[in-house]
Amino acid sequence: MTTAALPQSKTHRSWWHRNQIRITPWLFLAPGILFFAVYVILPIFQSFGISLQDWDGLGEATYIGTQNYEELWSDPAFYTSLKNNLLWLLLYLLAIPAGLFIALFLNQTVTGIRLYKSLFFFPFVISQVVVGLVFTWFYDPAFGLLNIMLGWFGAGPINVLGDPNYVTYGIIAAGLWPQTAYCMILYLTGLNAVNPELIEAGRLDNAKGWRMLWHVVLPQLKPATFIAFVVTIIGALRSFDLISVMTQGGPFGSSRVLSFYMFEVALSEYGFRMGYGAAIAVVLFLIMLLFIAYFLYSMYREERR
Amino acid sequence: MTSTLKASVAVFALLAGGAAHAAEHTAPLSGDMTIFSDMSNPAPRAVMESLVEEFGAMHPDLNIELTVIDREAYKTQIRNFLTANAPDVANWYAGNRMAPYVDAGLFLDVSDIWDDEMSANLSSTKEAMTMDGKQWGVPYTYYQWGVYYRKDLYDQYGLEEPQDWETFKSNCQTLLDNGIKCFTIGTKFLWTAGGWFDYLNMRTNGYDYHMQLTAGEIPWTDDGVKQTFANWRELIDMGAFIDNHTAYSWQEALPFMTNGDAAAYLMGNFAVAPLREAGLTDDQLDYYQFPAINPDVELAEDAPTDTFHVPAQAGNPEAGKAFLKFVTTPETQTRINAGDALGQLPVNSQSSVDDDKFLQQGFEVLSSNSPGGVAQFFDRDAPAEMAKVAMEGFQQFMVQPDQIDNILSRLDQAAQRIYK
Repeated sequence: MTTAALPQSKTHRSWWHRNQIRITPWLFLAPGILFFAVYVILPIFQSFGISLQDWDGLGEATYIGTQNYEELWSDPAFYTSLKNNLLWLLLYLLAIPAGLFIALFLNQTVTGIRLYKSLFFFPFVISQVVVGLVFTWFYDPAFGLLNIMLGWFGAGPINVLGDPNYVTYGIIAAGLWPQTAYCMILYLTGLNAVNPELIEAGRLDNAKGWRMLWHVVLPQLKPATFIAFVVTIIGALRSFDLISVMTQGGPFGSSRVLSFYMFEVALSEYGFRMGYGAAIAVVLFLIMLLFIAYFLYSMYREERR
Repeated sequence: MTSTLKASVAVFALLAGGAAHAAEHTAPLSGDMTIFSDMSNPAPRAVMESLVEEFGAMHPDLNIELTVIDREAYKTQIRNFLTANAPDVANWYAGNRMAPYVDAGLFLDVSDIWDDEMSANLSSTKEAMTMDGKQWGVPYTYYQWGVYYRKDLYDQYGLEEPQDWETFKSNCQTLLDNGIKCFTIGTKFLWTAGGWFDYLNMRTNGYDYHMQLTAGEIPWTDDGVKQTFANWRELIDMGAFIDNHTAYSWQEALPFMTNGDAAAYLMGNFAVAPLREAGLTDDQLDYYQFPAINPDVELAEDAPTDTFHVPAQAGNPEAGKAFLKFVTTPETQTRINAGDALGQLPVNSQSSVDDDKFLQQGFEVLSSNSPGGVAQFFDRDAPAEMAKVAMEGFQQFMVQPDQIDNILSRLDQAAQRIYK
């Protein structure tokens, strides 16, 4: 102790003073890290733990090993949800090109363009619950606008939300409405940053239309496209509110996705299977992890450059 | 959706005439008391608030706090508050619906307030409140199910209330020939199909069979169950139900009946109020008991019972039990079930029933024409998970009747896991 205290008194610098620079960023990060650990990291491991148990959320939990996963393996409802999740992932990506083209269309200076822009952005501002309700009425087989319009051509009526073949597509279409608006606003801000000199140079080289878009504009929009991909894929995987509002997973479970199925078995009015719900959550987490790892990797690569 | 209501002392004691009741309860209650209620619709809410006022007037030293929670949200919140923040009194349902909480030890055994007098008066639902030989709560109201139909349409085509399955079907055929669907139904939220299954199964195989099935003692692939679905299929193949029923809630299915596109609705008595509001008069609207299918089985009915319970972790269980006793008295049950209050049937046999024609008929059916027994409802008789899987199967069957073998084997698999 005495020998250690000696050099300190010589330099008159405490441990804190010597290490201040190294420690300060960690101190600033500490609250964030703490909350992230308690509310995100810890629950992930807890879910893993619960998924190995048989627990109704009220009484005693019993350890049952991988039984929940084995049951998941042979559960037709799980495969329906998985299939719907893939449909969501694929079709939801349509929001990106759609958003891009609306953004290109709106990226001009006309009187009142701000109004048009805000009208196109409107669906993203309103709550998903309202979007779900509006589309539920739109699809209603008795008085819905869709079937009235189909009636003009002598078609229909189609019971979109009550038919196991159409229901997922119907809900995805409803989800695309606000998601397109979101992608649009990302591209609109991206277009502001497009370098006019490059466009000018492209013009001189006689680039027009598609070639201009593909070779000159899109490469400059790469950051916006990246963010649009990230939010759309995450949005597709966490699609829950629209399904809950529009169909509750029905008819007979054909519009469920993993997140809704998890809620149904563990937390809904009829659900008491925390372990099974946690097993679904783990599977969903692993799927998300694939994407998140890819995104993190590509961000890391960008920063290295 | 929460409100707090503190019962003040002297005023109500005079107003509510509670002084007479107060004399019956000798031990004075004091301290704080909390009540969580799911009676969130306007009429039930007013009833609940008046109950608290009256009870508060009987026990002036008791500080009662009432929290009313949205009825649907309550169904998921009850798990949290029973374990974390238990009130002294909570609403719930009879039958298997209370099993998870009884098994987890979250409801208090209230067998001591079920004395001989109370057991006699509430005998119709004592069975539904009993698990492991003990009582876990008290009923305060129930209502009949049955066929609500457009009497004017039946008269127009010369149809009578059916007493047997053949007439039931021939009536339906006449209506269909005239371009009217026999039954409206909205299966979006599944449970409406559960009502159909309950009646078809109880009429085909009887109450005891139905109870054994919902208790997991009979496999879903049993021949009796198949016969029930065969009977159901006759109606489906006729086209008896409205098209696209998977897209509607039970309320959204009502206009088909008020517009005259469908002639009848198998529903609980709560459908009467919206049908009247939609403009149907009592001359146009009538009720009949679901007719016999298999003449060898006794008639049995669905009558879902709503209940009060004392949570095991209640801070003031004595006050909770006193409240339970109070809501089961004949006077209280008569008052809260009157036409201008809940508009349902009192469970206490000493209570009097409102003059409403549907309540009178329902009382008649439940008290004297349901010799087989009184069931709660499919999603209260079967365990929650089983109910969910099965009702989904019923909905699928109504759309894809050819899938019946797949559906039944799926239900059987689920049953083997759930009832193990």
